[in-house]
Amino acid sequence: MNSLLITGGRVIDPASGGDAIADVLIRDGRIESIGTGLNATDVTVLHAEGAIVAPGFIDMHVHLREPGFEHAETIESGAKAAAAGGFTTICCMPNTQPINDSATVTSYIVQRAREIAKVNVFPIGAITKGSLGVELAAIGSMREAGIVAISDDGRPVMNARVMRRAMELARALDILVIDHCEDLDLSAGGDMHEGIQSVRLGLHGIPSAAEDVMVARDLLLAELTGARYHVAHLSTSNAVTMVAFAKTRGLPVTCEVTPHHFAITDEELSGYDSNYKMKPPLRCRHDAEAVIEGIVNGTVDAIATDHAPHPGSEKMQEFERCPFGITGLETAIGLSLAELVHKDKIGLMRFVELFTTGPANVLKLDRGTLAPGAPADVTVFDLNSEWTYDVQQSYSKSRNSPFHGRRFRGGPLATIVGGKIAWTKD
Amino acid sequence: MSPGSLLDLESLNRTEIETILTRARFFQPLPKQSYKRFETLRGKMIVNLFFEASTRTRVSFEIAARRLGAETVSIAAQTSSTSKGESLVDTLNTLVAMRPDAIVMRHSASGAPHFLSRHLQIPIVNAGDGTHEHPTQGLLDALTIMDRRMDRESPLEGIRVAIIGDIAHSRVARSNVHLLSRFGADIVLCGPPSLLPRELEHLAPGVRLAYDLPEAIRDADVIMMLRVQLERQHEAPMAAGEYFRFYGLRLEHLALAKPDVIVMHPGPINRGRELSSEVADSQRSVILNQVENGVAVRMAVLERIWA
Repeated sequence: MNSLLITGGRVIDPASGGDAIADVLIRDGRIESIGTGLNATDVTVLHAEGAIVAPGFIDMHVHLREPGFEHAETIESGAKAAAAGGFTTICCMPNTQPINDSATVTSYIVQRAREIAKVNVFPIGAITKGSLGVELAAIGSMREAGIVAISDDGRPVMNARVMRRAMELARALDILVIDHCEDLDLSAGGDMHEGIQSVRLGLHGIPSAAEDVMVARDLLLAELTGARYHVAHLSTSNAVTMVAFAKTRGLPVTCEVTPHHFAITDEELSGYDSNYKMKPPLRCRHDAEAVIEGIVNGTVDAIATDHAPHPGSEKMQEFERCPFGITGLETAIGLSLAELVHKDKIGLMRFVELFTTGPANVLKLDRGTLAPGAPADVTVFDLNSEWTYDVQQSYSKSRNSPFHGRRFRGGPLATIVGGKIAWTKD
Repeated sequence: MSPGSLLDLESLNRTEIETILTRARFFQPLPKQSYKRFETLRGKMIVNLFFEASTRTRVSFEIAARRLGAETVSIAAQTSSTSKGESLVDTLNTLVAMRPDAIVMRHSASGAPHFLSRHLQIPIVNAGDGTHEHPTQGLLDALTIMDRRMDRESPLEGIRVAIIGDIAHSRVARSNVHLLSRFGADIVLCGPPSLLPRELEHLAPGVRLAYDLPEAIRDADVIMMLRVQLERQHEAPMAAGEYFRFYGLRLEHLALAKPDVIVMHPGPINRGRELSSEVADSQRSVILNQVENGVAVRMAVLERIWA
């Protein structure tokens, strides 16, 4: 008998709307019951008094770098970082080497994750072969092998006709299409957000319009095809407005935002520190505020990290030569609490929703809830413990975070995956 | 950042700039004389590390160093190990292990000296970084303007300076804007729209933009022409052949400016591309004075490292 009893925490479950002090009993990898004064013999007890007990957090946008770039991250190390960040489920983007554009690569990731990952890992398959934007990838076979969505993240499909065909197929297969919205002609040569800061620093800019143009195109194609369509790491004011508009028209359109896009702006990019370089770039204050407004008003469905590890050797270069991307799994809860909850933008129920039922509904996963019978994925976090992020202690194989040394109030305490404790603080 | 470094003018205050300019004035030679030799930096080894081709700036820094008694080594990085795939940090670490006293560097990447100064404990003087800043050029331009206005108590206060050309990609323009703005100049930036991003207006107080050359130079005390930097442009800002017609400075334009207007150019000049030959050679041109002042300013900047 494999049982775990989480006692005395404030249990918040957006799926049922529950918010009360209770115990959670887990048996054989599933939620058995929630209630007060639960007792069971032969159980491991996890004390959660004073903490929040929530469904396991889902990060629907990470890069695990395996296969192909194991010096930057592996399925094992990325999953450890996820667990330490309070995530029980992560979805990994297909831009590995080889690209995850076939059932073979998908099966490898699924198998490897089963063997070694501390959290659930669901692969996302490529839209086009090699993510080259020309021919459709083996989407049907990948779906059978276990992908939960398709995306050419980082190398968006520029050809609208190809995107249309992908969406048509995705609709038939009932699989989500995720797009990294970037018009590559408008963004070409850019290293940061185009604005006063890029002009000041003499760096080439990426205009917000590079994202907006693509979001607009995709929303029109989603309407044309009826596909379930999701905007990855949405970062601009116009994109928030357009997604909200598409939703009012009843389109099956969703979006995610990253903590870094609402926590920091291009104003913080000084000293040419490549840990502030990512795509989409850190936008201006106006955009960051619009993203938060989108979270508050319900336009945003999920918070995702876009965890993008790069080894030091790649980030220790002139700004314009460094690759795009920062790590994010271990700082997501701390940053989101700081910017959203502690600043009274949203309540805890909405906060938990953005990490649980939000992404679960987008992906149609049977997770993100504490309903009896559901997989026993649980995230325990608190609101008040003071801690400082030390990137040198990260479980990730990479160190490219702009949040090294940042002080946080509240963060993950324990991560339970399939009824087993995957990580606890200290 | 090691003390004594000079990475950009944006981070210097007015007093710091005045101190450098006053010292540079001290180093200026009398007419028809060469620069005096000093022993201030005797025993210092300064490495000039140029990752981008440059003749005038490199030679100017070398002469400045030697006039102060320092030893110099100049490296054109195209011929060094960076072409073998070594990273910038490794190249610099190798150099620093040979214990020079300071590094003067030019690099095609904006912020390259700022990036290095966070990782190396050695004074760095920026001799131009990408499209960001060229601080010694900004200083020598200010000195050149002041030379013509010595009769005034604050020679830069309220003067009208028109900077014409590829502002977007110009490190010279940025350094000049930051310096001139500190001293209360009126600055008009002018060029075709794709080379004149609207955000430039907020770069510093006293800056405005113009897309029309005659409007920009009306009543100007100083006209600074910038080199058209084709190597930094992804695409042509306007149809070929139209640039000189709309943004090239010609003699007839000078009548719009103040009678004692001076025409400046950081060099190397492209006659017939951004300014006509007649303007370059006219009495109003102070292009060679700028070059001359470069040595004085760089002496002051190098001396300042150990001040």
